[in-house]
Amino acid sequence: MTVALAEKEGLLEQLSSGRLPDARGRFGPFGGRYVPETLIPALERLERGVREHLNSREFQAELTRELTSWVGRPTALTYAARLSARWGARVYLKREDLAHTGAHKINNAIGQALLARRLGARRIVAETGAGQHGVASAAACARLGLPCVVYMGAIDMERQAPNVGRMRLLGAEVVPVTSGDRTLRAAIDEALRDWVSDPLGTYYLLGSVVGPHPYPYLVRELQAVIGREARAQMLAATGALPEALIACVGGGSNSIGAFHAFIPDASVAIIGVEAGGRGAGLGDNAATVAYGRPGVLHGTYSMLLQNEDGQIQETHSVSAGLDYPGVGPEHALLAAVGRVRYETASDQEALAAVRALSEYEGILPAIESAHALAAAERWARAHPGGTVLVCLSGRGDKDMPTLQRTLLAAEAG
Amino acid sequence: MSPHERITGAIRAAAKGGTPALVAYLTAGFPRREQFAADLGAIAAAADVVEIGVPFTDPMADGVTIQRASLAALAQGVSLRWILAELERLQPVRAPLVLMSYLNPLLAFGVEALSERAARAGVAGFIVPDLPLDESSELQAALAARGIALVQMVTPVTEPRRLAALCAGSQGFVYAVTMTGTTGRSVAVPDEVIAYLGRVRERAGLPVCAGFGIRTRAQVERLTGHVDGVVVGSALVEVLERGEDPAAWLKELRP
Repeated sequence: MTVALAEKEGLLEQLSSGRLPDARGRFGPFGGRYVPETLIPALERLERGVREHLNSREFQAELTRELTSWVGRPTALTYAARLSARWGARVYLKREDLAHTGAHKINNAIGQALLARRLGARRIVAETGAGQHGVASAAACARLGLPCVVYMGAIDMERQAPNVGRMRLLGAEVVPVTSGDRTLRAAIDEALRDWVSDPLGTYYLLGSVVGPHPYPYLVRELQAVIGREARAQMLAATGALPEALIACVGGGSNSIGAFHAFIPDASVAIIGVEAGGRGAGLGDNAATVAYGRPGVLHGTYSMLLQNEDGQIQETHSVSAGLDYPGVGPEHALLAAVGRVRYETASDQEALAAVRALSEYEGILPAIESAHALAAAERWARAHPGGTVLVCLSGRGDKDMPTLQRTLLAAEAG
Repeated sequence: MSPHERITGAIRAAAKGGTPALVAYLTAGFPRREQFAADLGAIAAAADVVEIGVPFTDPMADGVTIQRASLAALAQGVSLRWILAELERLQPVRAPLVLMSYLNPLLAFGVEALSERAARAGVAGFIVPDLPLDESSELQAALAARGIALVQMVTPVTEPRRLAALCAGSQGFVYAVTMTGTTGRSVAVPDEVIAYLGRVRERAGLPVCAGFGIRTRAQVERLTGHVDGVVVGSALVEVLERGEDPAAWLKELRP
């Protein structure tokens, strides 16, 4: 999607001043609401609910209480001293892996669950890829006493087995999805089908900045706490903003959350890192901004990995959480106007970064987050003496089955 | 007569005797691509309007039958391009043809090119389940330039003001979804649904066709007098899947 130069300036200005999405849920040409008619009343009700509650003093007080006393916010900012020495630049980590349930997903899950309760929802449905959003949703629903059903692709259930057990212990019903590509994309299709069956009694707790309006906006607002905290913490720790800010991008929720507060800071280079998988070929990666074209999937107009007939492509990434053929519409705009640079990190680079952070800092990162670390190493080596902030979106315990098969198997062999 | 008027006219003419017109759906190229022309011919001779499903990888409004049919058709290389080329090649059929497609294959084809090629292929209308009225102006304008209908759907949860806008914005007919849910699950047609169909009919200046979950003659009898047409999809796809005669099955469905 090409955006004219004059238009770029205007859109960047609107982004920086917080005026996007517009009233129709658009981020420039991207976003919108492309859903079956059955879901329109539910989305309109959600939009009214967001407008009425999200920024109300009462809701914000309730959310802040949960974020501090139950989620464990603010999460720490860690200076990675040994990695910094090795890579030649100062590396700071925003520790979303320390949030309750082990990833940033809980920020959104508890926020939406509180909203769902206010809107009178009788049950919650959610989709999950890596299982982190499923676990976060199950935990938030348990906390608020709401029944929770999580759709999860059969392939993901296998590679993220520990999270399936966690969800069940937290009282959620986990439904295996055997249709479509049996990963995150098929899980979203099934969650949407469930919601279409009971649009007014069921609340769909979507886990990323994708989907129809108002989800990309709602999820961004709930995740923006990451960047707000990190920005203040960096200023307190170093007296300055970082020169670069890096986060991984699947659907794009931890990255939008980390980036949002920094968008007006022109001195900060912002880098989103997509899953480069096995390479550039169709089906070998999940790098939507890098290799995709605009189109409509799951209710939003954004960049998509698709063939020339508009059929959605299967994706590959070693990390289930990045294994998605679309990306949030705000990312599509950030790429089009050039405010964020999108790079890729391969499966191998991400696994190497898992090892590096584990060995040098005593932190086992999620493979998703390790994609951001891999790009941070590249940035650090190109900018000696610089300062880079990395959003460490989650912890890697859930990845043990994959790590046994990859890093640990290579060692044993 | 413009293409969208052909649809309206075909439904009105069939419903004149009091029983609802039959709008019959098949997924293009399912169960076998080579069979498409024959299946289409047989169905078009027995139904009043034919809906041709363009397969898509992520059919979020559809139940398991049409999901299965869509993936099987895609595996045989069926695409919008192929469907339009087939329709151009085949002898025109009596029943007006409506393409049912999710939005992304249409966007990939290009909206302007689509309208031109669809007109050449004799397509009279489109149904796009993931394109709400609010986002439809571009496609609607491109199709309207050639008199092609963009059919709008209404549902039991649609609020009155929106119902009026959807009825006013539809061409060809108004597609009244009988239930909240995906296609294919059988519905009982309770009194609330009959009342809802009555509300739609009051609003619509066009024929009203009920669809989603219509599988039996008993359901069609129950709907008689309350709608101008019924849409049968998943059940007919299953008939084709079992290798049975679609025309005979459609004939049985008429009260």
